[in-house]
Amino acid sequence: MTGIVSYGGYIPALRLDRKLAADAWGRNSIGGERSVANSDEDSITMSVEAAANCLNDRKRDEIEGFFFASTTAPYKEKMNSTLIATALDLEREIATADFGNSLRAGTAMLKAALDSVKSGSTRNFLVAAADSRLGYPKSDQEQTFGDGAAAVLVGDKDPVATFEGSYSISNEMIDVWRNPEDKFVKTWEGRFILDEGYTAHMKEAVLGILKKYDLKPADISKVILPAPDSRTHGKLVKSLGFDPKTQVQDPLISNVGYCGTAQPLMMLTAALEEANPGDILLLAAYGDGADAMIFKVTDQIGKPTHQSKISTLIENKIMLPFYARFLSFRDILAAQPGEPFRLFPSATVSWRERKSSLSCHASRCRKCGCMTFPVQRVCYNCRSKDDYDEVRVSDRTGKVFTFTRDNLGGRSDDPVIIQTVAELEGGLRFYGIMTDCEPDTVELNMPVELTFRRIYEGAGFHNYFWKLRPVRRGGTN
Amino acid sequence: MGTIKDKAAIVGMGCSKFGERWDASLEDLAIESAYEAYEDAGVGPDDIEACWVGQVSAPVAGIGATSIAEALKLRDIPIIRNENWCTTAHIALIEACIAVASGLYDTVMAIGVEKLKDTGYPGLGTGRGMTPVLEARRTAPGSFGLIAKRYFETYGLSNEEGKETLAKIAVKNHDNGSLCPKAHFHNKITLEKALNAPIIAWPLGLFDCCGNSDGSACAIITRADKARDFRPDPIYMKGFGVSMDSLLPHLRPGFDWLHFDALINSSHKAYEMAGIKNPREELDVAEVHDCFTITELAIYENFGFSPRGKAKEDIDSGFFARGGGLPVNIDGGLKCFGHPIGASGLRMTYEIYKQLQGKADLPERQVKNPRLGLSHTFGGPPQISAVAILGNEKG
Repeated sequence: MTGIVSYGGYIPALRLDRKLAADAWGRNSIGGERSVANSDEDSITMSVEAAANCLNDRKRDEIEGFFFASTTAPYKEKMNSTLIATALDLEREIATADFGNSLRAGTAMLKAALDSVKSGSTRNFLVAAADSRLGYPKSDQEQTFGDGAAAVLVGDKDPVATFEGSYSISNEMIDVWRNPEDKFVKTWEGRFILDEGYTAHMKEAVLGILKKYDLKPADISKVILPAPDSRTHGKLVKSLGFDPKTQVQDPLISNVGYCGTAQPLMMLTAALEEANPGDILLLAAYGDGADAMIFKVTDQIGKPTHQSKISTLIENKIMLPFYARFLSFRDILAAQPGEPFRLFPSATVSWRERKSSLSCHASRCRKCGCMTFPVQRVCYNCRSKDDYDEVRVSDRTGKVFTFTRDNLGGRSDDPVIIQTVAELEGGLRFYGIMTDCEPDTVELNMPVELTFRRIYEGAGFHNYFWKLRPVRRGGTN
Repeated sequence: MGTIKDKAAIVGMGCSKFGERWDASLEDLAIESAYEAYEDAGVGPDDIEACWVGQVSAPVAGIGATSIAEALKLRDIPIIRNENWCTTAHIALIEACIAVASGLYDTVMAIGVEKLKDTGYPGLGTGRGMTPVLEARRTAPGSFGLIAKRYFETYGLSNEEGKETLAKIAVKNHDNGSLCPKAHFHNKITLEKALNAPIIAWPLGLFDCCGNSDGSACAIITRADKARDFRPDPIYMKGFGVSMDSLLPHLRPGFDWLHFDALINSSHKAYEMAGIKNPREELDVAEVHDCFTITELAIYENFGFSPRGKAKEDIDSGFFARGGGLPVNIDGGLKCFGHPIGASGLRMTYEIYKQLQGKADLPERQVKNPRLGLSHTFGGPPQISAVAILGNEKG
């Protein structure tokens, strides 16, 4: 029985009140707020968050494949999924691939994973989609877009929802696009792209899959229709004959925004979080055509799967105090950099240190049990040489042991760096920077957890490492 | 371990003016301190048989000690460069003393020099250390700032009490620096000014942090038995201690951020060699590593100058002020000289040397009848400590 075994979303902590963006340009706000990736977040880090949420305490060495989908992958050449898989500490003997270039990449990836498991080629497959697209300042998209991610674990055992079938349409038109040098999303005239592009193809896909599997709109418990804006979403729902009150999954536009390739999986995740056994879910996603899929919820749905619900992630937020910070955090306006680094990263150093820096491995001495991060070949306590086990500590929580609010090392738009020494479970000391945190709220003994972040630029490649943040995972699930 | 107590003596010292020396190169700074030391000792370059150089990185690393050879035209002698964080110059001094104590040389030089103000950085830079990713954005004030909150918490000081205690150290050192011609800063500050200064790494404000300066200091060292051939008032090496911790404090399991092994061990070794039982009573003057006010406070307690948790009482009573029971950083310390890293240890030793000779540049700065003085640097993240104890009487 092939289907979804687990799932989990990620919404960055930062939010922008759309009124701030609207007021900056003398425009009307569409209301509500949008999610904003922090200056140390990108589609890779958000995918790591979502995938870790989805995997929860599952054994990571049992995962047989990993796909990543995004139109905002940090690397154009160099696989992004290998980096995410390493941060997740997945095994090396796995299939990996990146999907991109279209907002339909998320569902295309999900279907490929489902097909892989269904064919018996793999027993399970982890997929994650993330996006952090930029609309031009002053544009509608600047308000409607959001940043986010979601991950789904597909498998052949005890799924919470079985994969019942899919239907796809490929379509060629220039409606929404970016050339290689474009930072911002380009679009053709709104009426053309919404009528002939989005609405026409979403309708065709939804009606097509219903017909293919001999279903009526009334048979569907929840229809999951990612949409570029609420009005277009409402019109589509109405034209398809679904009951907006009972059958329609919230498109997350009002308080998160349109998160590109991640949106279908984020909405699917939110739908599964509220689903009941026997529910039939219809997911459709647009992008140069459309994909539709049907899932049937099983009686496994009540069992614990992932860590944080979409609703919890929405509630847990930090409002950006002003629009300019959004512009600089998203690299639309460059912030004055902090002090130059004297020691630039090196590809060889990064490669040698990947087990600690990326996979978050500490060493645990086999003789005395002393744990240190990063890995130490000679034990700090008993000085045994090369007699240790590597232990992944990325999901350990802990407490702030000491901290300082450092004004010297930060960026001009984010001047305070909270240097933190935390004591994690097992007496492990972790030294890092606190992120997603209002500096004045830090206290000794504050509960913290680890989060994978982009650490700084240097040597022409991206550098990632783990940071601390006030505990955000968990909640009610 | 053996001893070099009373086996080596300093017979001449020099110290450049410290500050933003836009006018002076690394070589100029070295010449300034070396020629003062030559004159003080009554020697010249031909008398130097070996030289130990303390220099960390600025303005460039990877040039060995050749810049010193070229600046001073030292010919055909070994010149050895030491780089060991903030203890760089102290270790150059200690190695030079060990070399003459061994009998291998009669007269050697230890010189520390650093030219920070050619780098274009207002501070010491960020992201230093062992791995560029792990230590990205670790700054010096950030690392030392981590001590403060633990200290406040452990000894029950409110944030306000803690900050005021630290500010009093800054006020003391600025008061001392105002009388020291070679210091970078000569401004006296009020407690209010220190407390209201911009925050650098909370709770450390601007006046809790040392400046960033250029400078150089130099010592001419000879065997103790020959020292009086050079001058009537040589200063003898009584004891030293150098200790390095085995892991960045940030990563050490169970570390309390109060008991720094490097500080405890280096001071104990130095006291033992010098025969000091009670440093609070027996030392007459001390120059300790006040890169940040919290560092000076931590040193009081790790060196046994104050009982644990009681530094505040000594700070409040003025015990470490000029005229107090144990004057500390009587020249203004790193606070007022700034911290050209590779020069600081010898600059501090210069002050102790002059004090022990009774030759402080201004009479009001002179400690009355001192016999024993200590100079000290503490560096790295912090991880290494070096102590030298000097005396004006040969035992």
